[in-house]
Amino acid sequence: MDTVLTKSTALVRNPNMLGGIILAVFLAGVMFLGGALVPYDPFKIDMGNRLQEASTLHWLGTDQLGRDIFSRIVFGAKLTIGLGMLAIFMAVCIGVPIGLISGYIGGRMDAFFMRIIDGILTFPDFILAIAIAGILGPSLTNIVIAIVLVRWIVYARVVRGLVLSEKEKEYVLVSKTSFSSPIKTIRLHLLPHVMPDIIVMAAIDVGKVILLISALSYIGLGAQPPIPEWGAMLNDGQGYFQVKPSLMVYPGLAIMVTVLCCNLLGDGLKSHFDIRKGRQEL
Amino acid sequence: MSLVVEGLSKNYSKNLVALNTISFSAKKGECIGIVGESGSGKSTLGKVLVGLENYKEGTITYNGAPVVPTKRSRLREYRKNVQMIFQDSSSSLNPKLPVWESVLEPLDNFKECSPAFLEGQNLSRKETAEQLLIMVGLDKELAGRYPEELSGGQKQRVSIARALSIEPSLLICDEPTASLDVTVQVQILNLLKDFQKKMDMTILFISHDIRAVTFLCEQIIVLKNGTIQDQFGINELYHKSRHPYTKALIEAASIQ
Ligand SMILES: Nc1ncnc2c1ncn2[C@@H]1O[C@H](COP(=O)(O)OP(=O)(O)OP(=O)(O)O)[C@@H](O)[C@H]1O
Ligand SMILES: [Mg+2]
Repeated sequence: MDTVLTKSTALVRNPNMLGGIILAVFLAGVMFLGGALVPYDPFKIDMGNRLQEASTLHWLGTDQLGRDIFSRIVFGAKLTIGLGMLAIFMAVCIGVPIGLISGYIGGRMDAFFMRIIDGILTFPDFILAIAIAGILGPSLTNIVIAIVLVRWIVYARVVRGLVLSEKEKEYVLVSKTSFSSPIKTIRLHLLPHVMPDIIVMAAIDVGKVILLISALSYIGLGAQPPIPEWGAMLNDGQGYFQVKPSLMVYPGLAIMVTVLCCNLLGDGLKSHFDIRKGRQEL
Repeated sequence: MSLVVEGLSKNYSKNLVALNTISFSAKKGECIGIVGESGSGKSTLGKVLVGLENYKEGTITYNGAPVVPTKRSRLREYRKNVQMIFQDSSSSLNPKLPVWESVLEPLDNFKECSPAFLEGQNLSRKETAEQLLIMVGLDKELAGRYPEELSGGQKQRVSIARALSIEPSLLICDEPTASLDVTVQVQILNLLKDFQKKMDMTILFISHDIRAVTFLCEQIIVLKNGTIQDQFGINELYHKSRHPYTKALIEAASIQ
């Protein structure tokens, strides 16, 4: 009870976290309930109703094919945010174990993974994602695969660095002299140590990846019409930008709000963990 | 039980000789003190003996078999018999784990162990941990706390409880009292002395403080720049044949 109380007061004192949580709750609501609440079928073409202005019927107007923009954005939330989270989740699942093992066991295993990582890192990740998506062919699945292939490296490197400095600490040495297997030492000591940093990184990364997916969809490598992914909606709208800027403004805003939410959450979590760390070092 | 070290040498790099042809032996129940200034190679010696560092030259045998075996079953036996306590009480416990989880780590890996403090009772893990804390003179209430909520002396007692939980026959202490103030140092030294008698274990006590070493040990080895300068029994401490370096250490300690 006591800790719940201190936790919630700590939260209120942390405006980033508070803002992030409010936005996250809102976005989660849109993702999980939005599909049931939207007034129109996001795929339904109605040429008689093209490029309508915002009205009580169509809250954000309609696009060049007469589809309801509000419905499309709400429907796209699940796709865009869900895919961003999925991509980061998979990158974490690949990168973190590799970083832990590579850092803790060291030796040839470490040299092997570092060789791969350095090789891939010589390319900027946007270019690499474009190249992979180009090779695999344009589709949302391939974009996610491309992003995972690029992003796991960041996690592996960060985790490895954290492990390298932590594994000389005496409690890790004691774990070894206690005959704990490397897997047990990693699970019991090293994984909890790297977890806060990974959570902060992942929160911010979800925003980055949503931007990346949208950017790739915008240049035509990701979601294909008529999928209402936000980047793809930007792409759809670009031909009509002069006549109807809202076709691009609303999806753009949606992306912005989501990225903002991720950044706020990331920063909030970071200061939350830093405060806890500071307390431990007192 | 006997530990025999012969001609042990170790380099960290080509021109950094950490240990230079070290030889000594320890019999069961004996307490050997290793003194030397900072950087003399004391910690390195301890780490080589528990297998945290490898070495190039020399032989170390424990009970007649070479130390830090590579075969897993032999290694297991060795780990069960040889435990180490480290210098820095603040980093010897995982800050993210409650004390009772930390203290149980060795015992969890050697489930077949039925140490004397359990008195044959069948206790839950948490109760076992509490029993261990009581054994080293701590309140069992501390079991649920995190390391940040303990004092330095309490943390060091927890480390001692953890090392002694599987009743090793050789305990290597690397300056276990260095980060503590004097009254707490004495308590910890007394605790170690009690257990040494009770469990009849061999202790290798590393310290830069010759007073702590003379309090606990019968045999003293003086280390400087990785070489043994002097080696003598405690009753010869003030003998005139002591090495000048040893005399200097004794003098420095008595001034303080
Ligand atoms: N991991 C390492 N890599 C390279 N050199 C090291 C390493 N550990 C120790 N050394 C060097 O080996 C020498 C002996 O170090 P060691 O830690 O054994 O000294 P010590 O006697 O324990 O000193 P202190 O009393 O300060 O703990 C020192 O010169 C030290 O710089
Ligand atoms: Mg040392």
